[in-house]
Amino acid sequence: MRVLKRNLTAYGFLCAALACFAVFAWYPMVREFVLSFQRTNLVDPPEWAGLDNFAAVVRDPAFGTAWLNTVAFTVLALICGYVVPFATALVLNELRHAQGYLRFVVYLPVMLPPIVAVLLFRWFFDPGPGLFNQILGLFHLPGLAWLDSSSTALISLVIVSTWMNMGSATLIYLAALQNIPSELYEAAELDGAGILARIRHVTIPQTRLILLLMLMLQIVATMQVFIEPYMLTGGGPENATVTVAYLMYQFAFTYGDGYGQAGALGMMLMLALLVFAAFQLRLTRDDREVTA
Amino acid sequence: MISVGARASARRARERGRPRPIEVRFRTIVSPHQLNSRWGRRIYWAVLLTVLTFSTLAFVFPLYWMVTGAMKSGEELARMPPTLVPQAPTLDAFAEAWELFDIGLLLRNTAFYALGGWLVTMAVDVSAAYALSKLRPALGNVVLGAMLATLMVPPMVVLIPLYVTVSDLGLLNDPWGLWLPAAANGFNIFLLKRFFDSIPKELVEAALIDGAGPLRVLWSVILPVSRPILGVVSIFTIVTSFKDFVWPLLVMTDSDRMTISVGLSQTAGAVSQNAIMAGLVIAGIPTVVVFFFFQRHIMAGLTAGSIKG
Repeated sequence: MRVLKRNLTAYGFLCAALACFAVFAWYPMVREFVLSFQRTNLVDPPEWAGLDNFAAVVRDPAFGTAWLNTVAFTVLALICGYVVPFATALVLNELRHAQGYLRFVVYLPVMLPPIVAVLLFRWFFDPGPGLFNQILGLFHLPGLAWLDSSSTALISLVIVSTWMNMGSATLIYLAALQNIPSELYEAAELDGAGILARIRHVTIPQTRLILLLMLMLQIVATMQVFIEPYMLTGGGPENATVTVAYLMYQFAFTYGDGYGQAGALGMMLMLALLVFAAFQLRLTRDDREVTA
Repeated sequence: MISVGARASARRARERGRPRPIEVRFRTIVSPHQLNSRWGRRIYWAVLLTVLTFSTLAFVFPLYWMVTGAMKSGEELARMPPTLVPQAPTLDAFAEAWELFDIGLLLRNTAFYALGGWLVTMAVDVSAAYALSKLRPALGNVVLGAMLATLMVPPMVVLIPLYVTVSDLGLLNDPWGLWLPAAANGFNIFLLKRFFDSIPKELVEAALIDGAGPLRVLWSVILPVSRPILGVVSIFTIVTSFKDFVWPLLVMTDSDRMTISVGLSQTAGAVSQNAIMAGLVIAGIPTVVVFFFFQRHIMAGLTAGSIKG
């Protein structure tokens, strides 16, 4: 009786959360699966469509490009957004002055609403009076077309994305670096290890888990890039910046009633990301065992 | 007596001649000895200066450019090469932006969504974490696992089905369409539960012996000692909701119900550049102010987030 009562109270406290998760987190996962096999315009009752949605998505002229662009964006964003924050954190950790200011400044763009960063950079990218071409002009370099050229548009998106996101990675690395016991460095030094050797044999092994974890998190996050192409290029020029998430949005809201196709494309993106997510889950488990 | 005074002043003079050593509180890659050698010190100051200059240029200068851009006239803004300091700073663009974007309304909407979302999220997530941590129902771990599993699902993937669900429920253009999905946040529950787990059992048992019911225990025992974590979760919930773009873009489509991010994005094509910048400055101020005051909480929450998985 006591046990029953305790369970009843507990589920009383839990019911709001259970309802929220059921309707807005668990059910949409199932719905995603079902949706990809349906034809629906959200008004009439949905019809079974078999594999039509998948066929339509694959046949879309932008399909291949979207995947290539997404992978290219992710790789470029990793080169900038993965190496730069770690290097920054390494240097910041060595500094004995202005630490507070530097942390504040690095994290500042993360606090801005993304739309502010994106619209600000749209102005910087302006080929005429935009800041970037003015700076290039200062060094007597020719201006670039940035967002207007299919060869520089994607890298321009990477620049914005790195600027507005690198702060959180930097601070996470910094916290990890500060957890490295100083005895390890002392021992390495006694063994005659130089600065680079200390980084290689102490710093990197000691931060290995968080480095791998962040790698996975960043891959999963950048594969879903949407705001940058949506606001800056609209997928252009010549589909040079259409990403999978952007194409999904277009299927659902621009092409008209393509919710089923969007669902099918979402399933494909899900499968691609699942591999990384599974790997990340394993890493988190290792991490808990280590910290426990 | 005289000789003692002379010796002290000689030592002071020697110390003045030699630069003060760089203080090292914890040892890092570079050893304190290396750092305080003659070259170590030179390199250190050179690196410090470079890092300060570079990070200010990279992260503060763009914001300076935004603020001053909003204070320049349209003619000055188009000038090449640009002026570093506005020649005749005016706030006209701010007034113009306020009118054109209807920023008062957008800010009020965004604040209402953020605060309402915070109340709903806290009520739902705190009580769930309390139940899972202290009341320990049967199958509690299964429930927790299912909630944490949602963190593994990429948000863009469930975006469309979530939209379809919200649309089926008739919650489009309804604040509940923002609040309820936001409350289903496994990470909040994880953080809160982990903190509640660390509260000693004796504290709860003592209250129970005194005849307090479970709600009373939550309100008068758990919540007062959980202020740090409640602060972190609150700040993150409010800031995230203020910054959110994609979901409000889909759900709040009526022009008089838009958030500030969505409103700016929809009107930005149709107004002059200095008015856009003024709009961006206004949209950026609230979160930057929050960051200024709650820096410590935000950074603590961030590192708690690094083990989120």
